[in-house]
Amino acid sequence: MTDLAHIRNFSIVAHIDHGKSTLADRLIQATNTVPDRDMKEQLLDAMDIERERGITIKANTVRIEYDALDGQSYVLNLIDTPGHVDFAYEVSRSMRAVEGSLLVVDSTQGVEAQTLANVYQAIDADHEIVPVFNKIDLPASDISRVAEQVEDVIGIDASGAIAVSAKTGEGIREVLEAIVHRLPAPTGDADAPLKAMLVDSWYDPYLGVVVLVRVMDGKMKKNDRVMFMQNGTVHQIDKIGVFRPKMQDVKELGPGEIGFITASIKQVRDTKVGDTITHEKKGCEKPLPGFNPSIPVVFCGLFPVDSAEFEDLRDAIEKLALNDASFSYEMETSAALGFGFRCGFLGLLHLEVVRDRLEREYDIELITTAPSVVYNIYMKDGTMQELHNPADMPDLTYVDHVEEPRIKATIMVPDEFLGDVLKLCQDRRGIQLDLTYAGSRAMVVYDLPLNEVVFDFYDRLKSVTKGYASFDYSIEGYRQDNLVKMQILVNDEPVDALSMMVHRDRAEMRGRAMCEKLKDLIPRHMFKIPIQAAIGGKVIARETLSALRKDVTAKCYGGDATRKKKLLEKQKAGKKKMRQFGKVEIPQEAFISALKMDG
Amino acid sequence: MTDNWREGGFGLYIHWPFCAAKCPYCDFNSHVSSQIVMADWQAAYLAELARYARETPNRVLSSVYFGGGTPSLMDPAVVGAVLDAVAGHWTPANDIEITLEANPSSVEAERFAGYAAAGVNRVSMGFQALNDGDLKALGRLHDVETALAALDVARSTFDRINFDLIYGRQDQSLEDWTAELQRAVGFEPDHLSLYQLTIEDGTAFGDRFARGKLRGLPDEDLSADMYFATQDICEDAGLLAYEVSNHAKPGQESRHNLIYWSAGDYIGIGPGAHGRLSLGGRRWSTWTELSPSKWLDQALKHNGEAGREALSRADQAGEYLMMGLRTTRGLDLDRYEAISGVPLDEMVLQDLVKNGYLNLNNRYLAPTRSGRAVLNAVIRELLPS
Ligand SMILES: Nc1nc2c(ncn2[C@@H]2O[C@H](COP(=O)(O)OP(=O)(O)OP(=O)(O)O)[C@@H](O)[C@H]2O)c(=O)[nH]1
Ligand SMILES: C[S@@+](CC[C@H](N)C(=O)[O-])C[C@H]1O[C@@H](n2cnc3c(N)ncnc32)[C@H](O)[C@@H]1O
Ligand code: SF4
Ligand SMILES: [Mg+2]
Repeated sequence: MTDLAHIRNFSIVAHIDHGKSTLADRLIQATNTVPDRDMKEQLLDAMDIERERGITIKANTVRIEYDALDGQSYVLNLIDTPGHVDFAYEVSRSMRAVEGSLLVVDSTQGVEAQTLANVYQAIDADHEIVPVFNKIDLPASDISRVAEQVEDVIGIDASGAIAVSAKTGEGIREVLEAIVHRLPAPTGDADAPLKAMLVDSWYDPYLGVVVLVRVMDGKMKKNDRVMFMQNGTVHQIDKIGVFRPKMQDVKELGPGEIGFITASIKQVRDTKVGDTITHEKKGCEKPLPGFNPSIPVVFCGLFPVDSAEFEDLRDAIEKLALNDASFSYEMETSAALGFGFRCGFLGLLHLEVVRDRLEREYDIELITTAPSVVYNIYMKDGTMQELHNPADMPDLTYVDHVEEPRIKATIMVPDEFLGDVLKLCQDRRGIQLDLTYAGSRAMVVYDLPLNEVVFDFYDRLKSVTKGYASFDYSIEGYRQDNLVKMQILVNDEPVDALSMMVHRDRAEMRGRAMCEKLKDLIPRHMFKIPIQAAIGGKVIARETLSALRKDVTAKCYGGDATRKKKLLEKQKAGKKKMRQFGKVEIPQEAFISALKMDG
Repeated sequence: MTDNWREGGFGLYIHWPFCAAKCPYCDFNSHVSSQIVMADWQAAYLAELARYARETPNRVLSSVYFGGGTPSLMDPAVVGAVLDAVAGHWTPANDIEITLEANPSSVEAERFAGYAAAGVNRVSMGFQALNDGDLKALGRLHDVETALAALDVARSTFDRINFDLIYGRQDQSLEDWTAELQRAVGFEPDHLSLYQLTIEDGTAFGDRFARGKLRGLPDEDLSADMYFATQDICEDAGLLAYEVSNHAKPGQESRHNLIYWSAGDYIGIGPGAHGRLSLGGRRWSTWTELSPSKWLDQALKHNGEAGREALSRADQAGEYLMMGLRTTRGLDLDRYEAISGVPLDEMVLQDLVKNGYLNLNNRYLAPTRSGRAVLNAVIRELLPS
C-alpha cells in the first residue's frame, strides 16, 4: 500500500492518432517499468485487431514508479484511452477512476473534434488537465498555433502546456514532473470500510473474469470476501495485483490505488461497470454513484454465409460477448438469410471490429445486413415499442407515430471544405446549431438524425473534406418525424433483410438508388426480375433486371469434359439455396453495398 | 449399358503438343520447343497405338484426329506411319474421317500434299481472324494473305475443309464481326468453327484480364448479339449450327467431334490427351502426363497413360447431359435414363421447356436458339443436385 501523497492517477486522452499510446510507451520506458528488450511500439495495444489497425480500442491501465527530481518516489497509474468516438464510453469511465488527464494534442494537426469531446468530459469529471503538445519532431509542428487554438476553442490556459515528441522522448521528463507536481494526489481513508469502484472487467481464458478496480476507501486483499453492491453477489478474491503492464500480484490495494482482482466470476455480464465493491461484512453504507450504462445505438443482423454454421456463430458470439459487455445480441430469422443474430453496437467501428473478430478468430463467413438505429414506435393504443429491426415494423394502421434518435454532431473542418460539409449535413436532414471559427478552421455543430449518420456519413465526410475533417457526436434523445418502412421486392417477393426505415421525403430517392444498385449487384437469371421499392403496398421505384442472354462454354471437346463438368457442378452447388427454378439468388455483398448512398 | 458407346462411335485422338509460338489466349497443352526428335515421337505414338489396339480388338474406327498444338508442324512421314499402323490395328469405317489441325502459314501449306498422301482427308485451319490488326493482337504469326493462300492449297488438296475464327475480340464491334463473317462464308467452306474468345486462367490474356489490363471485351449483351448474328449469317449461307460453335453444310459435320458430344468412345494418345473407353462392362476415363518430355519418356519406356478411372453412372450421365445438349440433335432421354438410372427432374425440365429454353421432340431434348446461348445455366438447372 502506498501512502496517498505519493500516488498520482491520470488518463491520457486525445483525438484519434494524436499519440496517446506512443506517449504511454515513453512514460513506461522512462520509468524502467518494462525492460528495453520487451518494449515495442504502442505496447499497450495488445489485441491483434488493435495492432493491425493501429488504433486503441480498449483502455489500458499501467502502474509505473517514478523517482521525481524532488528525491521522492511516486506511484503513477496511467490509463491510455481510445480516441475513436465509438469507444468514448471507455474514456468516460476511465476518467472516473483518476484525478487528472494529460490532454494530448498533435501539434501538426491541432484541436480536433474528439479533443474537444474529451476535454469536456475531463472537466465534467473535475480533472486537473495538463495539455501536452505532441509530435514536435515533425516539421509541420506549430506549437503557438495549437496553443492559440486550445485557448480560443477550448478555453483553457495553454501556458503550462508541455511540448513533447513521443517518438524521440523529448519533453518526457517534464511530463513526469508535471504529473507529480500539477496533478492532485487522490484522497481516501484507509481505515474506513472498503469502497472500491468497478472500472472495467474482461474475460481471460486462464483466469476467468478479471476486474479492474479503483479503491476509494479501505483496503482489499487476497481471500477477502467482497460484495458487488448492485446485485448483492459475494465473491472471494483469488488474486489481487497491479498491471505493469503484465499482471503482478500485490498483498493489498489501498485508497487511491488502481489494480485488479479475480474472484471466480464466470461471466463479464455478472459484473457491472461502475458498481461498488465492498466487504461482505462491515461493508460501506452508500455505494458510489455508478456510471451511465453504455447503450448500443447501431443494430444489424449477422448471418452465417453457410447456414450450417449457425451453431458455430452462436458459440463465437457468446464467447466474444464474454469479453465485450457493450454489444448485445439476440436470435433473428430472416426469410432471405435464414438463422442469425441481431446485434447491437456502440457505433460502426465497433460493429466492424466485432464482425472482423468473428470472421477471423472463429473463421465464420458472415453476411451483415443494413445497420439500423432503434426507433420508438408509438402505437395507437398508447403503448410504445422499440424497433431494432425494420423488418419488424408493425402494421401502419396500428401506429400513431414514430420517433428516431437524434445526435449532436460536432465537426471541425478547414474552412475551404465548409461548404461541402454543410451541404452533406443539410442533405442528411441536419439542423445547424452552431458555427464558429478558430483561425482557418470552422467548427459546426449539427443536430442530425442518427439513421442518416450510421451508415456512411463518416466515409462521405472524409471524402468531401479529403480527410481533413474530424467528427464527434453524442446521442441527444428522440424526436418524432415522418418515418416509414421501405420494403424492397425482388421478383415480387419482399426481401426482409433489405427493409429500411426512411424519411418519407427521401423515400423516392433512396428507393430509386436501391433499385438501381440492386440491378447491378444481382446477377442475371434465366427470367426477367422486377426490383421494386415500396411503402406499404405502394411501389415508389422500380427497375427490371433483364434475363440472362449469354452464358455458354464456347469450346468443349473430349479433353475438357471432366473439368468443365466439375465447374458446372461447383457453380450449381454454389447456388444450393435456390432449390427451385424461378428463385432469385441475391449475392451477399448486395445487402451492404445496396445501402451505400452516393450523395 | 456396355455397348452404349456404339451410339456415339469410336475415334482416335492424337495430340501433338508443339507450336511455333504460344498464342496469348490459348490454354491448350501446347509448347514451343526447338528439340523435337520426330523419330522418337513416331515410336511413342506407335507403341501407344499397339497397346490400345490390344484392349479394343474388333472395333470399327470412325475417325482419327490430329490435334494440338500445331499438328501441321509434324513430319508428314510421322503422320503416314501413324495412319499405316492405325489401318493395321482397326477396321476403318468406309467413310472414315481423318482430320489434321493446321496453322495457315506457307511452310505448312507446303506439307499439305504429304498429309493427303498419308491419308488425311480433312483439314481444320486456325484462321482466327480475317484482318491483320486483330491477328497481331491475338499473337498469331500469319497474316490474312498467307492464310488465304494456304486455303487455296488446302482446297486443291483435301476433300473437306474447316477453318476456325475467334470473335468477341478486343474492341470488335458487332458490325466488324458480321462483316468479317460474311466474308468468311463467302469462301464457301463446308465447315466453320466460330468461337467466342474465352479468357482462360493461366494464359497471358488471363493474367492481363486479372490485372484489369485487357480492355474492350464485349459485355454480355454485345456478346449475345454477336452470337445470334453468327447463327443468322451461317444459317443464311447454308452452314447449319449443329453444335454451340460449329456450323456445317448438311453431311459435312465433323464426325470426330460428334463422338465427343454423343458420348462415344475415344482413345486419347499424346501428352495431356484424355480418352473414354468402354471395357469389361465399365466406362473408363483415361489421362496422360501433360509434359511432352515426360510423356515421351514414359510412352517409350512402358506406357503413356498416366491413369484411368471407372466413371460412376452419375458421372457418365452428367457428361452425356453436358455434351449432348451442345448439339442440335440433342440429348436422347432414353439413353440418358439408361446411363443414369434416374430420369431428369421433370419439373425443372418442363419449366425450361415452358420458358423457351428447350424443345422436347420424340424423346430428344434439344436447346432452342435462346437456350443454347445460355446453355451453362440450362445445364446447371438440369444437373442433379
Ligand atoms: N513523428 C511522430 N510520430 C508520432 C509521435 N507520437 C505518435 N506518433 C505516431 O502517430 C501515430 C499514432 O500514434 P498512437 O500512439 O497509436 O496514437 P493514439 O492516440 O494512441 O491513437 P488511438 O488510440 O487510435 O486514438 C503512430 O503512427 C505513431 O508512431 C511523435 O511524437 N512524433
Ligand atoms: C487447338 S486450337 C487449333 C489449332 C491450331 N494450333 C491453331 O491455333 O490454329 C483449336 C481452336 O480453338 C480456338 N481457341 C483456342 N483458344 C481459344 C480461346 N481462348 N477462346 C476461343 N477460342 C479458342 C482457336 O480457334 C483454335 O483454332
Ligand atoms: S492457338 Fe493453336 S497455335 Fe496458338 S498456341 Fe494454341 S494450339 Fe498453338
Ligand atoms: Mg492508442
